[in-house]
Amino acid sequence: MVQERRDDATTMTGAASLIRSLEEAGVDTVFGIPGGAILPAYDPIFDSQQIRHILVRHEQGAGHAAEGYALATGKVGVCIATSGPGATNLVTPIADAYMDSVPMVAITGQVATAAIGTDAFQEADIRGITMPITKHNYLVTDPAEIPRTVAEAFHIASTGRPGPVLVDVAKDAMQMTTTFDWPAMLDMPGYHPTTRPHAKQIREAARLIVTSKRPVLYVGGGVLRARAWAELRELAELAGLPVVTTLTARGAFPDSHPQHLGMPGMHGTVAAVTSLQKSDLIIALGARFDDRVTGKLSSFAPGATVVHADIDPAEISKNRVADVPIVGDCKEVISDLITAVRAEHTAGRQGDHAGWWSQLNQWLDRYPLGFTAPEGDELAPQHVIDRLGKIAGPDALYVAGVGQHQMWASQFISYEKPGTWLNSGGLGTMGFAVPAAMGAKVGKPDSTVWAIDGDGCFQMTNQELATCAIEGIPIKVAVINNASLGMVRQWQTLFYNKRYSNTDLHSQRIPDFAKLAEAYGCVGLRCDKADDVDATIEKAMAVDDRPVVVDFGVHRDAMVWPMVAAGTSNDEIQIAKGMAPDWDRSEEE
Amino acid sequence: MSKHTLSVLVENKPGVLARIASLFSRRGFNIDSLAVGPTEYPAVSRMTVVVDVEDSPLEQVTKQLNKLVNVIKIVELEPTQSVQRELLLLKVRTDNETRPHILQTVELFRAKVIDVAADAVTIEATGSPDKLDALLRVLEPYGIRELVQSGVVAVGRGARSITDRTLRPLDRLDRTA
Repeated sequence: MVQERRDDATTMTGAASLIRSLEEAGVDTVFGIPGGAILPAYDPIFDSQQIRHILVRHEQGAGHAAEGYALATGKVGVCIATSGPGATNLVTPIADAYMDSVPMVAITGQVATAAIGTDAFQEADIRGITMPITKHNYLVTDPAEIPRTVAEAFHIASTGRPGPVLVDVAKDAMQMTTTFDWPAMLDMPGYHPTTRPHAKQIREAARLIVTSKRPVLYVGGGVLRARAWAELRELAELAGLPVVTTLTARGAFPDSHPQHLGMPGMHGTVAAVTSLQKSDLIIALGARFDDRVTGKLSSFAPGATVVHADIDPAEISKNRVADVPIVGDCKEVISDLITAVRAEHTAGRQGDHAGWWSQLNQWLDRYPLGFTAPEGDELAPQHVIDRLGKIAGPDALYVAGVGQHQMWASQFISYEKPGTWLNSGGLGTMGFAVPAAMGAKVGKPDSTVWAIDGDGCFQMTNQELATCAIEGIPIKVAVINNASLGMVRQWQTLFYNKRYSNTDLHSQRIPDFAKLAEAYGCVGLRCDKADDVDATIEKAMAVDDRPVVVDFGVHRDAMVWPMVAAGTSNDEIQIAKGMAPDWDRSEEE
Repeated sequence: MSKHTLSVLVENKPGVLARIASLFSRRGFNIDSLAVGPTEYPAVSRMTVVVDVEDSPLEQVTKQLNKLVNVIKIVELEPTQSVQRELLLLKVRTDNETRPHILQTVELFRAKVIDVAADAVTIEATGSPDKLDALLRVLEPYGIRELVQSGVVAVGRGARSITDRTLRPLDRLDRTA
């Protein structure tokens, strides 16, 4: 990486050099909390004209906010914390960013060099702790190393397969005087991500696309990271390919597009799950054959030839052996595939997928997503989420926590645009929604940002509502309140004989979420009748000067369907409890 | 399972050994032996790692290792195409009766006696893991008081060097190391 040197070397403290380095790296927002070891850095932050520091209430909130900011903007998210507990509170968001390949830089203060290793006050070996959950990390004890380290950290976080990088800076390194010298060039002999795909593999993939009978494009989050949605659409339309988008790829291909079969996996659509199972060719783009997608791996897509394109060579053939491995950036891979498929077409080799499409359309028609409304006047959570998506529309950003509400939000909102769906996929971090929505709103201040949260998740990180209220970050939160840890309860219903051990949160009684919202300086609303849903959402949409929390009291026995039980084959997908799709009927017709 | 010898060139930076060791443990790969030392380039260290895995997990091992930012290059050294050596220091119980037998064994194995006491000798031996195993089997009946062994180090046969092409651009690093 070659960067222009903007200035001659100048003398300043290590702390000033750190903040100046962040400025040079293009940072405009950081989320953090000061403390003893990081305190020197907070002095120059105070003066920075470029960097807005947002004081959060818990470091986990800073980490998820940095992720939300990164996911909404495509830029590197930055969080900052002090040593010891400040740093360890960042561990969950760092692991989350690692699993979902979110570009993030975490800056932590460390105790002074002489105290390292002595079990000093607020000392934790955060570099050691985060080694397995960062793309790379650093401990800086020499102030002269600060600019180069920060430059490397941003380069590593944002290139190749993106991910979190932690920079731990000893307090004395920040206090010493040093010269600031932004590196003109980075020298990382062991870091060369491959972005250009191999031409021979591309030609082979194109040949398979036009000769296959039952192809499926299996699209993962890598397509969003590579910002390759336009290319994806062009390829899908050019070759007439059906598309499935994974949980982290929702929005990469418009849900309303007739070639979109929906989401694959444990709670995917029948059409998406079954298309992969019955396919003869899977073209995996920036996806990683996660167990939540494949179900029991040995029975996944038994008849499929696999083309697997990913920027990370270690993903290829990790879970499912690839017949055609392609290492490269999805934008370049898909562009090259378009050219190669065009060449096949010019040579008179058009794919014939008409029979496949008639089968797929049957599945789409017969097994649309749906839900049964509860008896009586209880509110269906799916109805709330469906209405929210319709009223807030395709330009809003939707940020979910983890659990039933997340799955319903992935199913019942129509994602038409990339970057409008943010959630914690790989790590499955409850509590992601509120702070990530906060970060997303800071990155996209003109967009409506809805956090769709569960009552369990909401109670893990809702302290950031204070940050939102004070810093002027008017997010909207829909708490889908079934007064329980809903997804765990669903498993207890299905697999533990309805023994509801420790999943009842009583949160329709305690706390009062509307009052809690008011206490945090937000607007608090409540709704527990289907007839009031639209009016309540519209009321929340009308507030733009403060955060809004809507407590939707919903039916607690609602379950997420379809479902492939953990560890079973995707062939055993159920559309409701004890109900499998009627395969014989669909295959005869 | 089968043994594979990997030569890993890494940047000589703090924490590299911990990164590699933690990667093996996290991904569930067993290290059979590990040796680390400098190379002809001061900015570069070389690790020789012997792992006990099947071929397809081995591919994962090397791919995951390659993802570490400080790892520059990984080469698998085939046993027939490389020379592999371990170092063994061994303290064997002796008396006047057994000492000649032990010294004879030392000679047969082209090992060396590096320390002598009234009731023990300390032996230094280098060789392939098989040769050292054989030496141990012969000396075991006399009574082994202490044994310490290095990891395997290995180098490819012939004139070619794994550092040749990779490390030439690193020459400039030497100046800063």
